[in-house]
Amino acid sequence: MAVNDTLEGTHKIIQEAKEQQQNSGLVPTLNDFSQELTTLNLGPTHPATHGIFQNILQMDGERIISGVPTIGYIHRAFEKIAERRPFYQITPLTDRMNYCSSPINNMGWHMTVEKLLGVTVPKRAQYMRVIAMELARITDHLICNSILGVDTGAFTGFLYVFQEREKVYEIYEEICGARLTTNMGRVGGMERDFSDVAIQKLRDWLKTFPAVMKEFESMFNRNRIFMDRVVNVGPITAERALNYGFTGPNLRAAGVDYDVRVMNPYSSYEDFDFEIPVGTKGDTYDRFMVRNEEIWQSLRIINQALENLPEGPFHADAPHYYLPPKQAVYKNMEALIYHFKIIMGEIEAPVGEVYHSVEGGNGELGFYLISDGGRTPYRLHFRRPCFIYYQAYPEMVVGSSLSDAIVTLSSMNVIAGELDA
Amino acid sequence: MAENTQESAAAPQEAAAPQDPQAAKNAQLLALLQRLFGADTFTDVEEPYGLLTVTTTRERIHEIMAGLQQDQELQMNFLTTMCGIHYPENEGKELGMIYHVHSLVNNLRLRIKIFFPIADPVVPTLTDLYATANWMEREAYDFYGIIFTGHPNLIRILNVEDMDYHPMRKEYALEDGTREDKTDLFFGR
Repeated sequence: MAVNDTLEGTHKIIQEAKEQQQNSGLVPTLNDFSQELTTLNLGPTHPATHGIFQNILQMDGERIISGVPTIGYIHRAFEKIAERRPFYQITPLTDRMNYCSSPINNMGWHMTVEKLLGVTVPKRAQYMRVIAMELARITDHLICNSILGVDTGAFTGFLYVFQEREKVYEIYEEICGARLTTNMGRVGGMERDFSDVAIQKLRDWLKTFPAVMKEFESMFNRNRIFMDRVVNVGPITAERALNYGFTGPNLRAAGVDYDVRVMNPYSSYEDFDFEIPVGTKGDTYDRFMVRNEEIWQSLRIINQALENLPEGPFHADAPHYYLPPKQAVYKNMEALIYHFKIIMGEIEAPVGEVYHSVEGGNGELGFYLISDGGRTPYRLHFRRPCFIYYQAYPEMVVGSSLSDAIVTLSSMNVIAGELDA
Repeated sequence: MAENTQESAAAPQEAAAPQDPQAAKNAQLLALLQRLFGADTFTDVEEPYGLLTVTTTRERIHEIMAGLQQDQELQMNFLTTMCGIHYPENEGKELGMIYHVHSLVNNLRLRIKIFFPIADPVVPTLTDLYATANWMEREAYDFYGIIFTGHPNLIRILNVEDMDYHPMRKEYALEDGTREDKTDLFFGR
């Protein structure tokens, strides 16, 4: 009894003290908590942003009230540097924009310069470029989709397809000698023909990859847990997407069938039979599905290009612009002269301006080159799809929870290198 | 009078049309532009590499972009990109903005340029027409110091906030300006 009495007495004292505190206004009540917003720094370095960029989020509990993206953490002033580099030295800069699909950037830049110089690339080189570009698109989409799996907690798919990405990088190695920042091709064509090993590796990969891709798809496409995480998450309407300048898979997921490969064909894309997948709602699931389907379409294009690979030279007969083989430079007078002129940037570039765009991994990758006839561009502007569509991110995540914001970011495939140039 | 000048301007382009389908398309587009906004709005009409390029003034740029966006026939409602440019030699027209717009329905591209003095680099914003113009204009402000009136948040985007110059202007050389062993004669500009 005595013990109970004491306890009750203590309770009473505590109760009174609590009431006193609450009445004093010093202790926040439940109502006060719901008014208080938390500022959350998502980034600059955060495992789920897959790159260095920051989002300052205002959170009400788990809900995002507003978001302010800050970018520029790896800004390397490519547009300024390009104003002092001869054309061939700008190719490595393009590597470092969307480093998940460097060959597309390289080819896009070469084609821009070729357009300016009026060089026509032979059919074989065009097909070779198509193969390289579609391989790059596949690796780009594989990374995006498998990382989306990782962000939703499914690590297995990522491990499976990264094995395949590794094989594609081995094919790159056979084609150009490099893996990630490829610096592939030259102005006027490719730097070397596909070797037998390259062709063999490519054929082997084309045989084995579809099975892995099927496995990956069967793991995710109708996976209940995955769908719960991504369906209706981070949607954007076609109208808003166009207003925000979306291109590529993100725009097609919203239902607009704009693809540069079809609308303004380059590098013989008109020769190939492929389809443009589109989504309906522009949500994370649609973006995932569009990318998956594009991988299949890219495989179709590679198969067609490889089967119909024309015979002939792998570069244009344009000695003024196409760097001669190194062996010839040591033995051949003309080759030495052209080598010297090209390396010193003394090629005759016409005065003019040219805009050329290619379908990059993330959308319309544009190069706007103004030449004043000098050895370097007077002005070079990159239309970087990431930079343009990432500004829609706050609008897409406001009102959703933090975990939804992470998968939305992941499915948009924002590559920091391309974002910041 | 206006009709006469339009016809005479269109005539030589129509003559060149059979050779190049793009030229015919561009001639049509130009005629439409001149009908919509007046024949004397556009100067320096060019077609470098098949892309119709016109120059106009900063006073009219907003109206033109809005008109292009809303025109039902043209449906030029996709702002591909925009960038600034600096020509130090052009007295009174040192700075410029270059807009690329695209009609996805008709697959027509158009390049519009405006130029203005560096002492008064003020341009109307397009953020009320295109959400995508927001960061593009911040980039142009960051690189060239072009002020966009009406922009909701005109701050630097890629460079640090406390930078006190606009680095893409031509007076800022890439190489160290104090070095004498690397002259521009041998190393570019």
